[in-house]
Amino acid sequence: MKLTLRIWRQAGPAEPGSMVAYEVPDANPDMSFLELLDVLNERLTLEGGDPVTFDHDCREGICGSCGVVINGQAHGPRALTTTCQLHVRSFSDGDVIDIEPWRSVAFGVLKDLMVDRSGLDRIIQAGGYISAPTGSAPEAHSTPVPKPIADSAFDNATCIGCGACVAACPNGSAMLFTSAKVAHLNSLPQGAPERASRVLNLVEAMDAEGFGGCTNTGECTNACPKGIPMDSIATLNREYLRASLGRK
Amino acid sequence: MNFWRSTIGKKTVMAVTGLLMLLFLIVHMLGNLKIFFGRTDFDHYAHWLRTIGNPVLHESWYLWIQRFVLVVAVVLHAVSAYQLSRRDLKARPTKYSHHQRAKAGYATHIMRYGGITLALFIVYHILDFTTLTLNRHGVDGAAYDNVVSSFSVWWVTVIYIAAMICLGLHIQHGFWSAAQTLGYNRPSRDRAFKGMATGLAVLLTAGFLIVPVSVLAGLVD
Repeated sequence: MKLTLRIWRQAGPAEPGSMVAYEVPDANPDMSFLELLDVLNERLTLEGGDPVTFDHDCREGICGSCGVVINGQAHGPRALTTTCQLHVRSFSDGDVIDIEPWRSVAFGVLKDLMVDRSGLDRIIQAGGYISAPTGSAPEAHSTPVPKPIADSAFDNATCIGCGACVAACPNGSAMLFTSAKVAHLNSLPQGAPERASRVLNLVEAMDAEGFGGCTNTGECTNACPKGIPMDSIATLNREYLRASLGRK
Repeated sequence: MNFWRSTIGKKTVMAVTGLLMLLFLIVHMLGNLKIFFGRTDFDHYAHWLRTIGNPVLHESWYLWIQRFVLVVAVVLHAVSAYQLSRRDLKARPTKYSHHQRAKAGYATHIMRYGGITLALFIVYHILDFTTLTLNRHGVDGAAYDNVVSSFSVWWVTVIYIAAMICLGLHIQHGFWSAAQTLGYNRPSRDRAFKGMATGLAVLLTAGFLIVPVSVLAGLVD
């Protein structure tokens, strides 16, 4: 397959950037999208050029490292699929593909397609955990958790923190990310003692990073490779109101 | 005042004030329909509005209390919207060079412009029927004739039609969004809230527009 990749090239955080077109004449349909970039980078390196910088790690869709905006869609055209799990066969021979970094004022571009997502880490540090050392996994029967709650907590725990929600949101909002932590931890008995402080601290940290607010457009959940639902945002709002009104 | 400073706090203020205004609009729309019972009934209803709460409240006091509450609601709604919009636009300064295909519909897309349009319309509407400054008939107490005189002019009716379509779109996203913001929404209730939002939007738009359209069509004169 012959593909034309138009890639955002930017030398450094303060440098100006632009879209640069590259031809990949020998793309294999079975390549992953990151392997497509690898092939391009090998050629650029051999030609003495500057390879395209992009984040990646596990390439199994579970680490949350990779993620670029492909043709205006975070993680590309396939639903519930990270960039590393997207394959070249999702495109057609002769396609021109636009590849851009996550865009948000809270995610500065470091180089090319790599952005600084440490804002999400700081949100986690503010409350995305349970303080009590609980040791290894407890005996499941000792603390019964109703099945629907366990399922919902697990679904929210599958958030890999890739930042696609922020990238897709027209307001650069991290509400879906933050809501996944709240919907995960606040619904479980282990998270109950810090239920109020957790949500207040998480939202304060989220706002402090400069992320925008939620206007309920649903772009985040549409882009999320793990399918975190809009319902999590309603849960975050509910928990925030509850904590703000001082209800225990 | 951490609550007011937070993005969720401001959204909550928008949701609560929005629902308050929605409640007023439902009553307002139903009251308007009294015009179809004729001049005497409608003028009597308009006068009754000034006597609500009598004799505890003096003439028009209830009306002024309601006006005060509504102005506070509009101001809080608009200030929150302005501050949140500024923040949102700042949070996403760079657009993607490849246009994003939006999942959200037109109603969501148009919220900000629709809101500004509605604010301008409210000023026009008050000048038309409350202060009677722009009203062609403009006789205090003659509500029926004032209504007929305004809506007999085709372009006034066109302004009202455009504004009520904006209102419908605003409510269609706003009502569901409020359910989401206030945390009332659940997966099991999502369809119901969306349905109610569309229902309220259609009901209010149609309910408000039937009066000017009927006047222009000569059904009410």
